[in-house]
Amino acid sequence: MTGPAIFLLLAGLGAIAWVSARARALRLQTVARTSGRRDAVHSLPGYHGWYVALWTLIPAAIFLAIWANVSPGLITQTVLSDPAAQSLPADAFSRSAILGEARNIASGAQAAAFNPAAQALVEPYRSAISEYGVIGAVLALVLAFAGGAYAFTRVRPDFRARTRVERLVMASLLIASLLAIVTTLGIVVSLLWESIRFFSMVNPVDFLFGTKWSPQSAALGYGNKDAFGAVPLFWGTIFIGAIIAMVVAIPLGLMSAIYLTQYARPQVRKWMKPILEVLAGVPTVVYGYFAALTIAPALRDFAVSVGIHGASSESALAAGLVMGVMIIPFVSSMADDSIAAVPQSMRDGSLAMGATTSETIRKVLIPAALPGVVGGVLLAVSRAIGETMIVVMAAGLAANLTLNPFSSVTTVTTQIVQLLTGDQEFDSAKTLAAFALGLVLFIVTLLLNIVALRVVKKYREAYE
Amino acid sequence: MMHEPQTLAPATETKMTARDVKVFYGDKQAIKGVSIDVDMDNVTAFIGPSGCGKSTFLRTLNRMNDTVASARVEGAITLDGEDIYAPSMDVVQLRARVGMVFQKPNPFPKSIYENIAYGPRIHGLAAGKADLDVIVEKSLRRAGLWDEVKDRLHDSGTALSGGQQQRLCIGRAIAVEPEVILMDEPCSALDPIATAKIEELIHELRGRYAIVIVTHNMQQAARVSQRTAFFHLGELVEYGVTSDIFTNPRQERTKDYITGRYG
Ligand SMILES: Nc1ncnc2c1ncn2[C@@H]1O[C@H](COP(=O)(O)OP(=O)(O)OP(=O)(O)O)[C@@H](O)[C@H]1O
Ligand SMILES: [Mg+2]
Repeated sequence: MTGPAIFLLLAGLGAIAWVSARARALRLQTVARTSGRRDAVHSLPGYHGWYVALWTLIPAAIFLAIWANVSPGLITQTVLSDPAAQSLPADAFSRSAILGEARNIASGAQAAAFNPAAQALVEPYRSAISEYGVIGAVLALVLAFAGGAYAFTRVRPDFRARTRVERLVMASLLIASLLAIVTTLGIVVSLLWESIRFFSMVNPVDFLFGTKWSPQSAALGYGNKDAFGAVPLFWGTIFIGAIIAMVVAIPLGLMSAIYLTQYARPQVRKWMKPILEVLAGVPTVVYGYFAALTIAPALRDFAVSVGIHGASSESALAAGLVMGVMIIPFVSSMADDSIAAVPQSMRDGSLAMGATTSETIRKVLIPAALPGVVGGVLLAVSRAIGETMIVVMAAGLAANLTLNPFSSVTTVTTQIVQLLTGDQEFDSAKTLAAFALGLVLFIVTLLLNIVALRVVKKYREAYE
Repeated sequence: MMHEPQTLAPATETKMTARDVKVFYGDKQAIKGVSIDVDMDNVTAFIGPSGCGKSTFLRTLNRMNDTVASARVEGAITLDGEDIYAPSMDVVQLRARVGMVFQKPNPFPKSIYENIAYGPRIHGLAAGKADLDVIVEKSLRRAGLWDEVKDRLHDSGTALSGGQQQRLCIGRAIAVEPEVILMDEPCSALDPIATAKIEELIHELRGRYAIVIVTHNMQQAARVSQRTAFFHLGELVEYGVTSDIFTNPRQERTKDYITGRYG
């Protein structure tokens, strides 16, 4: 029996279980209600329906999931015990190649055999697959019936079906949230693992403090010592994400937050706030090509016209400016929240002293909101240094250690992309360097986020 | 038990006058034509049931209602004979002359020193640091807080107790040498001991500043004020010498309120 058919059948069974259990609960409860006791009836009939349906479906589904993993082994066993399999070569590699081919033909993934030995095994495969398919389907249906029947017998007017169903809902929510955490942990472990391999080839000190980055030369066999100095990358990242972008985003974000919370009339605020928030949703690749195609050439022309040396058509300034604009909504919404959280009484107190609105903002609101704003800025920095698309498109690839914003620099994220795209061997230092860079980036953003969330939380507590 | 009524100061100088003042929040009228005189040497108390417009009226006296977008004020209010709603009136100046203390203590999240120095700084009252130090000490002394905080002037103002915070706010208002101090239920967030301290302070400040206090506590009105205004539903029902209002109210509504029949 095929997969989809099983699923349809199970779904049908589940539906039947739901309807019949609900009907039964309704009938029993109607009778029980006549007794007049309040605790005679517990859950709504719908919950009984779900309870029985879940008992019908979940054990069968779990069984099918296990079966899907176990049956291929059993099928191969059966095929190998077939007389036609006696002629297979003893060498494990060619043997599994032939078996694989036969399996593909049997399941229809491949049209004809390259290897005549495989052709002979197609028939045994076919019969084994269908045999185990039937066994699996029958077992699943038996389980579904057994589960459903067990649950069905428990349907009584005062049975606490709601409690059970809700417990299951909670468990699945828990699993869903754990999934994200487990995935993150998996990523960290793999990053760590690959980084350790990298550091067995390249001295961590050379990596963290070296000032020369040219992984190509390592790949060409010039040795690892001078090829993986990541300082120019770190500098480029900080230069663009933490300096240039923030010089743009902090004042503009703060000012727009002040305007929106303190000066804008409600109608204006109603328009401007969503527009700012939409800015945050523009795909970064759009910002990227704006930076690369519009801003960067304009900046280069400007630099050349005023005689600045080292101006390049890809520049730290172009990437940083555009990234700053991208971050504005982020800073402004954090600042907006913090300023709005300063109690109105604080503002009234200042105005009643004869302070003007702008004095009140400068001397009371901003100092009071500062921790929240700082937290927001730290989150924005962590976002900016992890940002990839804009820098890949507009900052360039040259690992320059420079203070000139018009020259091309490169960042950690750009280099990760660079190292992992195209052909590569997965055990060369050049490829593994990407993981080490990723690890550094991960640790830095993690620390930034932790500090930022701490600061913001402390601040929230200050005003209850 | 009612306390000894305060003695009324004779022949006093009128500081502020209100004539036929009406306040609207949008279409809703909150104050319906109130006329009142506030004089220099007597403390004026506003009493009345919740929502009758005491705060609203009080806030017209230093134009704090300007900060409420929907609020509109009609009628005439003068300070030393000058119309405070005239276009030529500078609100910043007005609020320096008519200070305000709020219901909930609202010190700025700055040091005690900075809280007091805030007003003198924005109004440019101090020539230098030494000058400012003098103002801070004088204001804290007048607010009856100096002895308690003189050793920790640079601690945060928000770390003080509620009663101390409220005296800090009074000190902050005093620091700009106002002529009138408006207090909106200054004791409602405080315990009886802290309340007694504030009331004592009001006695001491009387005469130096014209004081208007909103209170829900009729004993308090009797203790601290020499004149009492009873508000009801946005109207000024009765205004007179405090002892008369409490012992011999002329209006039926006043009598009902002070005998606790409603409110
Ligand atoms: N900002 C505002 N917008 C709209 N209506 C307001 C506003 N402030 C006050 N009001 C209304 O004006 C009326 C008077 O309010 P006000 O706060 O002056 O009363 P109050 O006498 O001070 O009351 P309480 O003793 O409870 O403080 C009330 O009906 C209130 O709902
Ligand atoms: Mg009030």
